Amino acid sequence: MNFVMPDFMPALPEMFLLGMVCFILLLDLFLSERSRVVTYLLAQSTLLGALLLTVSLYEEGRALTFSDTFVHDPMGSVLKVFIYLATFLVFLYAKDYLRARNMFKGEFYVLGLFGVLGMNVLVSAHSLLTIYLGLELLSLSMYAMVALQRDSVQASEAAMKYFVLGAMASAMLLYGMSMLYGITGSLDLGQINTSTAAMDNNSMLLAFALVFIVIGVAFKLGAVPFHMWLPDVYHGAPTAVTLYLSSAPKLAAFAMMMRLLVDGLGGLQEQWEGMLILLTVLSLAAGNIIAIAQTNLKRMLAYSAISHVGFLLLGVLSGTQAGYAAAMFYAIVYVIMGLGGFGMIVLMSRAGFEADSIEDFKGLNERSPWFALMMLILMFSMAGVPPFLGFWSKLAVIQAALGADLVWLVAVAVVFSVIGAFYYLRVVKVMYFDKADVGAPTVSAGFDLRVVLSANSLAVLGLGLFPGSLLALCVAALA
Amino acid sequence: MLDNLHNVNIAIVAAPLLGAIIAGLFGGAIGRAGAHTVTIIGVAIAFLLSLVMFNHVVIQDAGIVSHSVYTWLVSDGITFEVGFLVDKLSVMMMVVVTFVSLMVHVYTIGYMAHDEENWPEGSGAGKNSYQRFFSYISLFTFSMLMLVMANNFMQLFFGWEAVGLVSYLLIGFWLKRSSATYANLKAFLVNRVGDFGFLLGIAAVLMYFNTLDYAAVFNAAELQKDLVISLWPGTEWSVMTVICILLFVGAMGKSAQVPLHVWLPDSMEGPTPISALIHAATMVTAGIFMVARMSPLFELSETALSFILIIGAITALFMGFLGIIQNDIKRVVAYSTLSQLGYMTVALGASAYAAGVFHLMTHAFFKALLFLAAGSVIIAMHHEQDMRRMGGLRKYMPITWITSLIGSLALIGTPGFAGFFSKDLIIEAVHASQLPGAGFAYFCVLAGVFVTAFYSFRMYFLVFHGKERFRDAHHGHDAHGHHAVHEPHETPWVVTLPLIALAIPSVLAGGMYITDMGFGNFFGSAIQVLPQHDVLGQLAQDYHGPWGMVLHGFLTAPFWLALAGVVTAWLLYMKYTHVPALIQARLQFLHTLLEQKYYADRFNDWFFAGGSRGIGRLLWQWGDVRLIDGLLVNGSARTVGWLAAVVRHVQSGYLFHYAFAMILGLLLMFALFVIAG
Repeated sequence: MNFVMPDFMPALPEMFLLGMVCFILLLDLFLSERSRVVTYLLAQSTLLGALLLTVSLYEEGRALTFSDTFVHDPMGSVLKVFIYLATFLVFLYAKDYLRARNMFKGEFYVLGLFGVLGMNVLVSAHSLLTIYLGLELLSLSMYAMVALQRDSVQASEAAMKYFVLGAMASAMLLYGMSMLYGITGSLDLGQINTSTAAMDNNSMLLAFALVFIVIGVAFKLGAVPFHMWLPDVYHGAPTAVTLYLSSAPKLAAFAMMMRLLVDGLGGLQEQWEGMLILLTVLSLAAGNIIAIAQTNLKRMLAYSAISHVGFLLLGVLSGTQAGYAAAMFYAIVYVIMGLGGFGMIVLMSRAGFEADSIEDFKGLNERSPWFALMMLILMFSMAGVPPFLGFWSKLAVIQAALGADLVWLVAVAVVFSVIGAFYYLRVVKVMYFDKADVGAPTVSAGFDLRVVLSANSLAVLGLGLFPGSLLALCVAALA
Repeated sequence: MLDNLHNVNIAIVAAPLLGAIIAGLFGGAIGRAGAHTVTIIGVAIAFLLSLVMFNHVVIQDAGIVSHSVYTWLVSDGITFEVGFLVDKLSVMMMVVVTFVSLMVHVYTIGYMAHDEENWPEGSGAGKNSYQRFFSYISLFTFSMLMLVMANNFMQLFFGWEAVGLVSYLLIGFWLKRSSATYANLKAFLVNRVGDFGFLLGIAAVLMYFNTLDYAAVFNAAELQKDLVISLWPGTEWSVMTVICILLFVGAMGKSAQVPLHVWLPDSMEGPTPISALIHAATMVTAGIFMVARMSPLFELSETALSFILIIGAITALFMGFLGIIQNDIKRVVAYSTLSQLGYMTVALGASAYAAGVFHLMTHAFFKALLFLAAGSVIIAMHHEQDMRRMGGLRKYMPITWITSLIGSLALIGTPGFAGFFSKDLIIEAVHASQLPGAGFAYFCVLAGVFVTAFYSFRMYFLVFHGKERFRDAHHGHDAHGHHAVHEPHETPWVVTLPLIALAIPSVLAGGMYITDMGFGNFFGSAIQVLPQHDVLGQLAQDYHGPWGMVLHGFLTAPFWLALAGVVTAWLLYMKYTHVPALIQARLQFLHTLLEQKYYADRFNDWFFAGGSRGIGRLLWQWGDVRLIDGLLVNGSARTVGWLAAVVRHVQSGYLFHYAFAMILGLLLMFALFVIAG
């Protein structure tokens, strides 16, 4: 057995990230409370540096390294770029919020960056092992982040639930993977694909493994009925952490699904299509209907996230390149909108006050017409009103599903998105037509937050007017 | 070079839009002077750049400029885009629109100068109304330019609706006045009817041609002319006829043709500069422009042309009659606009598109002039609009007087003035037309000449000559806080300058362009006429230059009819001033009929408004309250709400419930996909 030096180039961004995170971790120990902003700035520059590295490697084309366990390809690069951007925005939005709650600590950033590293590994995984490695790195960071506010009962409870359920899901995934290994004798996704494609499609053993793997993915995405953790965790975690949970990890979960189901088990598309249809219908139904009964905006957005997962699955299950591209587009669009939505909550809250109830947005138009407009754009976009970005992403996945002759499923999706429009529009109604309560929160956030959040919302409008380029990027990434 | 021109086109539409945005959104910050400066600069840029395009397309004759700017979306192979087509037809419209708009912008400074002090009660329009007004008129200019410069049906429709929207906003500009809000609602609703037809027409174009691009549609039109469509079983219609009539229904709404004319007189509730710009010179001619632009389609349907001819003829004559009995100075001009729009429509129906568009251009100048002059009078009279309380203003307002006279002479078609050339051309073209209904139309347009002359000079004499009746009127009429009679005086230069600037083309534009536009091939490929319909081509054989036409003009029936109209007006309103009352008493029923505007409003109120309210109530009570609300909406909302409340309890918060749910999900998937699969 001779050792061959692996090619480090394809993994350069990840290695840069790892190095920087360790550096920040050490440096943070020696920083005083007042100079904590250095950690923040370093974290942000780490993200920007990784972004530059990833972009510069984009043209390199597909490459395998580390004994074929790590893959560099256009889809991975595009997703990573959006992961960095989303995390960058999360850190930016969260800064004032964390300060006001005495949570402006190095741990948030270090854990956040470790999470990004986990996501990157997950996105670039080309082996069952790397998938599991990335997933656990990400999950462990997220458990810890939820529990960051140690003296909050709510947050600790959420973290506990998340941890236990996450462990269960990991166990199921691992079980599925072990069976897959038993059947094919390989951990490499490419080899798994060739050997499963050659097997009898109706093999019960394969179906058995597939169910467990799909469950692992579904848990990570938050698809019904493996979604139970999601509302409690979103609600219980500090909003800054919710912001993090709801954004970039969705992209990583999408990548995990693509790697496992398409790269690894593409030959079994007929089998997993049925499972995903079940998850889609349940997610659309449960997400949209339960969201109506919510009075807490974070919970409402959590259920909204569940329903969006239903749409995302709609693109993947159609089983075509166009469908995957549409799903990727959907995931990116959702992240942009979700950042804006949770960002609005962060914007409205101040020390000792979480503006996470829908009531808190009453009469926002009178107090801050600009941000009422921004929220209106976000809500309309999430509801799928043209010409906002959310409309195009829904259109794309629906077209993909129509291409796969799933007309009935599209009809279901459309009906539930109409029902879903109710709770988005209720927020708009509350902002514009209800009178504000006395002492309702005003916008007192910092300048950077205001500007970037406005830009975030306006991007939803602007990209909605020019949807072509982003969609073309997704199509090109999967071609 | 061409790239530069593309940028010029973009700048032409962008400049007024930018002005509108700045004045509209930041009106409070930049103040009154800032608002009018920025919008005037925007429109002036558009005007100058339109001249650049005019130079390129017409004077240098360097070919049309057509390009697309932005593709909004491609759906099912159909492209929705923003694109510009600048040929001789659109460039002429661009110059006219931006020129009149520029004049109106300047004029508005004077007209709105005292909007916060001496305006009649109920004229308030809220905070920063001055800035908002400028923002609207600039926005209008942008929309109108988008409309005329479009190279596809989608953008045409966008411009069409956008000008409608601005028109709506401006008619109701004095939002505290209930008659103004009534009028703008009415304009909006009536235009809905027209726009519905228009939209159906565009949909039909899309259905049969599968594209929205002008060039592609026009090229394919010839191939589609024999298609038939069965609108209801047992009938067969030519597709072209259906498309053309539907599109023309849109034009009827926008260009106020009978029976969709009812909104235009009421639109005079808006401030006068708006009446000049939108409801006389530009927006209302959008329908005429559109039909001329679609000439390759309309040429293929004689039925549609006959329909247009007859509608136009009725509008031309019968709306003229209404002008005779109006006492509000603006309403006289408004009815005159309706009647002139009828003339343009008649020209379109007779396939003399060039004549119609030519009249559109001359009319834009002299009608804007007449409106602005009327506005000048209104300013001098402290917002009094009743002509019975005017008179003898000639010596107080010399510039307004002389420009009004020029406008009136141009309107009635005095040989040599702009209106003469275009109107005579229309009358001759109708005379030469062989289409069914041409005989009736010829009678209408000829009789219309007398009527036009009569009401125009009735107004002219009542306002500028005779007794100074405003001196009586002001006794006990000090609602505006004027305790003594103010001597009327000439209005400031920002008002009179546009009058003079518009008076020049009102005289000259006709003679200058009759040879090219009327008989020559000015519009080139923009307007297409089949040989068998080419009435202007026939007339061209007898044409010997503008002077020959002027000399010949003195010998023709229209001239004598116009003269008769002027003389009659002089007799009735200068010489024997008691006679009109006598005539009115004698012909009471006729007067009432005209007073009631042929009962069109009454009928609409009773039939359409009442009828739709009735149907609405029925549907509301039965359909909505019981069926939809009771059963479907509230029913399903109740169900969903109930479901949401129940399912919410599943989210109990207990970890073991959650884990249990996951296991259940696992079992479900197992059952479905492993055991059953």
